[in-house]
Amino acid sequence: MSVTRGDHDDSISRPNGLACACALILAALGWGSAAHANTSNGYNLPIGVTQLSRDIYTLHMEVFWVCVAIAVVVFGVMIYALVKFRHSQGAIADTTLVHSTKVEIIWTIIPVVILVAMAIPAARVILFMEDTRNSELSIRVTGYQWKWQYQYMDAGEGVNFFSTLARDSNFARQLRSGIDPKTVPNYLLEVDKPMVIPSGTKVRLLLTSMDVIHAWWVPDFGAKRSAIPGFVNELWFRVDPGKEGIYRGQCAALCGRDHGFMPIVVDVRTPDDFKKWVEEQKAAVKQAAAPAAPAASTDAAPPATAQVLPTAAN
Amino acid sequence: MAHAHTSDTAHHDDHHDQPATGIKRWLFATNHKDIGTMYLVFSLIMFFIGGAMAMVIRAELFQPGLQLVDPVFFNQMTTNHALIMIFGAVMPAFVGLANWMVPLQIGAPDMALPRMNNFSFWILPFAFTLLLSTLFVPGGMAAGGWTLYPPLSLQTGDSFPMLIFAIHMMGASSIMGAINVIVTIMNMRAPGMTLLKMPLFAWSWLITAYLLIAVMPVLAGAVTMLLTDHFFKTSFFNAAGGGDPVMFEHIFWFFGHPEVYIMVLPAFGIISEILPTFSRKPLFGATSMIYAIASIAFLSFIVWGHHMFADGMPVAAQLFYMMATMLIAVPTGVKVFNWTATMWRGSLSFEPPMLFAIAFLFLFSIGGFSGLMLAIVPADFQYNQTYFVVAHFHYVLVPGAIFGIMAGVYYWLPKWTGHMYNMTLAKWHFWLSAIFVNVLFFPQHFLGLAGMPRRIPDYAVQFTDWNMVSSIGGFAFGLSQILFPIIIIQCVRGGQKATAEVWADTHPTGLEWTLPSPPPYHSFTTAPVIP
Repeated sequence: MSVTRGDHDDSISRPNGLACACALILAALGWGSAAHANTSNGYNLPIGVTQLSRDIYTLHMEVFWVCVAIAVVVFGVMIYALVKFRHSQGAIADTTLVHSTKVEIIWTIIPVVILVAMAIPAARVILFMEDTRNSELSIRVTGYQWKWQYQYMDAGEGVNFFSTLARDSNFARQLRSGIDPKTVPNYLLEVDKPMVIPSGTKVRLLLTSMDVIHAWWVPDFGAKRSAIPGFVNELWFRVDPGKEGIYRGQCAALCGRDHGFMPIVVDVRTPDDFKKWVEEQKAAVKQAAAPAAPAASTDAAPPATAQVLPTAAN
Repeated sequence: MAHAHTSDTAHHDDHHDQPATGIKRWLFATNHKDIGTMYLVFSLIMFFIGGAMAMVIRAELFQPGLQLVDPVFFNQMTTNHALIMIFGAVMPAFVGLANWMVPLQIGAPDMALPRMNNFSFWILPFAFTLLLSTLFVPGGMAAGGWTLYPPLSLQTGDSFPMLIFAIHMMGASSIMGAINVIVTIMNMRAPGMTLLKMPLFAWSWLITAYLLIAVMPVLAGAVTMLLTDHFFKTSFFNAAGGGDPVMFEHIFWFFGHPEVYIMVLPAFGIISEILPTFSRKPLFGATSMIYAIASIAFLSFIVWGHHMFADGMPVAAQLFYMMATMLIAVPTGVKVFNWTATMWRGSLSFEPPMLFAIAFLFLFSIGGFSGLMLAIVPADFQYNQTYFVVAHFHYVLVPGAIFGIMAGVYYWLPKWTGHMYNMTLAKWHFWLSAIFVNVLFFPQHFLGLAGMPRRIPDYAVQFTDWNMVSSIGGFAFGLSQILFPIIIIQCVRGGQKATAEVWADTHPTGLEWTLPSPPPYHSFTTAPVIP
């Protein structure tokens, strides 16, 4: 998977009607090709490209199978009862079967044991997930109605830009635009300027918001966290080396009119390519700063803040 | 302990022995049956208004791109669909059922506080007229989600104070309804009806009523703080003024999680009445059922944090909320196992109420399974705020709460009207509902897992197919519901006479079946004797 995965969203096959029905059955049984893809196959979680997303996927499938097993037993008993004890077939009710302390204790204890067995691995993943120490690159991510701002720290110090919905998606998503979304590449999942990160590096995001609550989410990283005004939330991920490519997500907290239209695109590059990208960005900033005008695009934070604050403070 | 001693003193007002005629009967109603009927009719109307909003949502989501409505209007629909279904359809339906059935089940002549009963109902039409009228004010209806999270909810236009006032009215109505249920149950049980002998529906409502009294004032407080933040420059939730937007979430979900159980515990009670009747066998483990409801009610107060894992929380809190939430599966499991054991070695027949109860059993369990998955914190980070959550709570609310209500209506409707309803049509209503509710909501699990956020009016093209399936299920489910009022109206107008027992060959237990169908205006004018 060393090729650039810029087109990987096309690989999410859109199943046709028959495939849908099959997928329904397969997914109900927990099968499906998801087990071998990084990105969701259309009906299950992605395995993703980070340790955390893989851990989450494993937990998800384990709990799913436990639920399936319980469902098979409980629904099996119910269905047996529905078939076997029909009045129309002359079943006589056993009105003495109204209580059994032994049985009731058993079906209280067994679920407790199952739950504890589920909680232990989940707790381990929580501890892993919340360990934000020793990060190698920090990026401050700020949510706005309706765009994201990425301000790099550490190795990327000085890189700072906004990321908004791509123009062609924006045209197509207007009410009765007449543009078929299917003709727009990566409809609603493309931005003008993606966040760029190095692979194999522990990247820490510091999330906040300048207006309302947003949530930053890239399913393939197993990473979701709310961006809340007045708070800084932390979140980390390390994309496996060799999994460089484009990864997409969306704002996951209702944030007003264009909540559905502030996607997240992350361009994962090799550490060397990332270094080159940072140099290019810094050079571009210098170039822009040189001719009198004090920084248009790269230093947009203060004007944007001023523009948004009145609504936030109402 | 409370002893019923009121039934022989309640009839000094001779002119109250018959219903008043015309509009006065309803406007000045103090009779529990009339008020119960008004609650149920009101909730049915709200069910269709909220349903119409759901149809707008599903129509816009039928395919990618925006074809029908603006994103703002879409958000108005999702927000108000939820508010109307929760506060307008499900909760009043349960209060209506409580009004009708609690006095009949405990052997009382009426509810304890009839005038407050009248007031608590008549608040509702005004509250919802106010809420619905916000469609026509500048800025339109509230569009920040029914959870009203600030700062977004503070961006609402002129409808904001109207929304807050409407919520206050709904809360006041709920609290009064709850007080009435508690006072009735505590004071008006027939002699010999000890609490542990009380039917499960009355029990589930007793516990629900305490939940309501505990949490509705919390919601009132939360929205009042929103109001002062908006108009009086307070900063409860405004970070720029030293406030805390996450605080609102804590307060809201301290109300919101018990609210979930307020919407489903009475359904548990109804199912616990219906399954024994049509299994021709007493409820299995009746006492443990009561303890299970009580444990669920207690746990509902300590799990609110599971709605907010992604908002940032200390590890210890994440572990606590995860385990407390998983613990709810234990009493819920006990209930499902007891219901299954009730059917075991029974003699089952499949009248409409039983069909809805069985569907409840299966489909509510599916909602329980996805709930268990959502409790697993790391996985919740992927599920949270996606269609997986939408699928989860619709499974517990539609085939859970609403099927429970429909089961209850089909169970007691002949008792109320004195007529049997059209069984064939009711079975059609059941099968169409049961099939299409799954076509509607099951694919939403896939959408969520595949990465579709909730509350979006438009989506990336890979989500198209499941959205189409879901929308088709939605339209079909919506259309099927038209059968429900048709069946009810037919039944009110006439039909085969119902006997006192209604479901004669099952010999249902419970005091309500000792009275003729329909029961006399003052239900039990002399207290029945409890063996």
